[in-house]
Amino acid sequence: MAGPAMDLLRFATAGSVDDGKSTLIGRLLLDSKSIFEDQLEAVESTSRSRGYDYTDLALLTDGLRSEREQGITIDVAYRYFATPRRKFIIADTPGHVQYTRNMVTGASTADLGLVLVDARQGLTEQSRRHAVILSLLRVPHLVLCVNKMDLVDYAEDKFDEIHAEFTSFATKLAIPDLTIVPISALKGDNVVTRSAHMDWYSGPSLLHHLENVHVASDRDLVDTRFPVQYVVRPKSDEYHDYRGYAGRVAGGVLKPGDEVLVLPSGMTSKISEIDLFDKQLDEAFPPMSVTVRLEDDVDVSRGDMICRPQNAPQPSQDIDAMICWMSSTPLRPRQKLSIKHTTRAARTMIKDVQYRLDVNSLHRDLETKELGLNEIGRVQLRTTSPLLCDPYEKNRTTGSFILIDEATGVTVGAGMINSSS
Amino acid sequence: MTVHADYRLSQLAELEAESIHIFREVAAEFEKPVLMFSGGKDSIVMMRLAEKAFFPAKIPFPVLQIDTGYDFPEVLQTRDHWVDRLGVRLVIASVEDAIASGVVVDDGKTSRNRLQTGTLLHAIEEEGFTAAFGGGRRDEEKARAKERVYSHRDDFGQWDPKNQRPELWSLYNGRLHAGEHMRIFPLSNWTELDIWHYIGAEEIEIPNIYFAHQRRVFLRDNMLFSESEHNPMRAGEKIEERTVRFRTVGDLTLTGCVESQADTIGAVIDEIAIARVTERGATRGDDRFSEAAMEDRKREGYF
Repeated sequence: MAGPAMDLLRFATAGSVDDGKSTLIGRLLLDSKSIFEDQLEAVESTSRSRGYDYTDLALLTDGLRSEREQGITIDVAYRYFATPRRKFIIADTPGHVQYTRNMVTGASTADLGLVLVDARQGLTEQSRRHAVILSLLRVPHLVLCVNKMDLVDYAEDKFDEIHAEFTSFATKLAIPDLTIVPISALKGDNVVTRSAHMDWYSGPSLLHHLENVHVASDRDLVDTRFPVQYVVRPKSDEYHDYRGYAGRVAGGVLKPGDEVLVLPSGMTSKISEIDLFDKQLDEAFPPMSVTVRLEDDVDVSRGDMICRPQNAPQPSQDIDAMICWMSSTPLRPRQKLSIKHTTRAARTMIKDVQYRLDVNSLHRDLETKELGLNEIGRVQLRTTSPLLCDPYEKNRTTGSFILIDEATGVTVGAGMINSSS
Repeated sequence: MTVHADYRLSQLAELEAESIHIFREVAAEFEKPVLMFSGGKDSIVMMRLAEKAFFPAKIPFPVLQIDTGYDFPEVLQTRDHWVDRLGVRLVIASVEDAIASGVVVDDGKTSRNRLQTGTLLHAIEEEGFTAAFGGGRRDEEKARAKERVYSHRDDFGQWDPKNQRPELWSLYNGRLHAGEHMRIFPLSNWTELDIWHYIGAEEIEIPNIYFAHQRRVFLRDNMLFSESEHNPMRAGEKIEERTVRFRTVGDLTLTGCVESQADTIGAVIDEIAIARVTERGATRGDDRFSEAAMEDRKREGYF
């Protein structure tokens, strides 16, 4: 159980009450013994008091009073479970149209996205939308669970039909790794163990796949990117001359002796030490938090980026990005906002809304020049100072940003950079 | 912490890296952060992570403790060890003082735990803290499962769960208006078991009441409470000596203990791995009153 050596998989689930998402999550938690008696008892007693004749496992994740009152999940809920192989963090997001922003939020940190469809209904507009959002957020692994197989008599042709339809739809999306599993969350078929009812399916159970999918190689280990977060200067007698640049490795592998380029100043130096607390490391890679020391006394501060002389992001003030808008006041050209990208903050102006993307049909609406709440579109921005960015498809850390309303201070947009110039 | 040869981090190393990133981000972006230190295991793990985040420099913010007057002496002792070793400034806000000066009202019915909220909010306002680190974890309780790492508090210190800011990637939004503050939860993604594994791996000093010991206790509401002058016995209750340990530490009038023989970290981990009740459910009187007890306290400005 959650031993120190196991690794971590973060996955996002999307779906509504109807496709059995809560039942599936409930089953994963129950079967991995991650639900405690008092939690289960609370859910059982609430189910009884509402007159249900079954235990509504959705109540486990519906944490806020308004959610329980309305019987719907409003916000992203994080759940945790572990097997002897892995620890899992589930970002459980509601599936309704109006909650696109929550799905985007849950998907932003996910290694894997899990979409559910009801075997009786096949692909719906909602399941397509979920797949589109996961691919826009560049979630590297996608699992489609064809649920409620028990209600179609575990029929292979039903599964094949959905399999074919989804595979063809997925070719239009950026999905590097797709796995499709026929399950019954209610009966437990192919969830933890392989089902005895579906001899025709030779793939892994869902949990087996979650435990074994390889995620370490999803991180960029080639292009060195180290956004400086904080300058460590002890100013004590013992560490009088210590000057370290603290941050989280966003890409590549850093080693002592590496020649580095500091942006935006353009100065070069060599890494002398990489510190993690009181230890000196031979190398550092994503997503480690370390402190880098340089041989030369160059001027480095928060917001700077340490990279390699031959491999550096292009500093740019003109950004082309996909934006998911999260405010009820629409995004419009000439609007001014604050932007946070890696450890850099700046101001930005919306230059143009190129198109709005219909996440159900992938249709590009070129007529609309604004984005409403929960809408996604391609936007051009100009920033007051250069950002040190990469395309989001190359690096999810140096390719992403958030937009903040300057008056309210609220996060109103999430951006994924296509290119900069 | 072990690092995998094929550029994989263990999940504990990844959690540690995430928490350190949060500490540094807050230290860089907020004018006056403070670490809320209860002396409990979660806040001690926070201290350890903060120590690592800024090493070899000292932790660049003070620690704040709310003294309920009903704290376990063992916990205060551990607190003092940590504060001395790290050389950080300790700010103590006392519930007794808050009652004496009329900041909060002790009506004899409200628990010390509840009075902490007013005392805490007053201390944050008095000292002008703009960000307060708390040891809350999302696995603890349903309302916490939806709370952000950066959790916004309005002028009145209140949390509005329906109006939380979206939190994407590891891009945290620390914007505040005058009078508002942010609660920061660097342990959001840790579970109870992760905390224990980390304490074990890092050999972290925690109060000895987390381990099995002999204690004079009495049974109330199916929980075992410690004998204390602050805990007057009710009719029918009787003191017994048992071998117990605490799963959480807080106000001793509200924090129960469990019978246990676990006297080492390894034994505690084994015990938790097979535990069937959450730590708050097992030993916290304060979360038992209603289904939304934690949500209500959090809305008011509780930790």
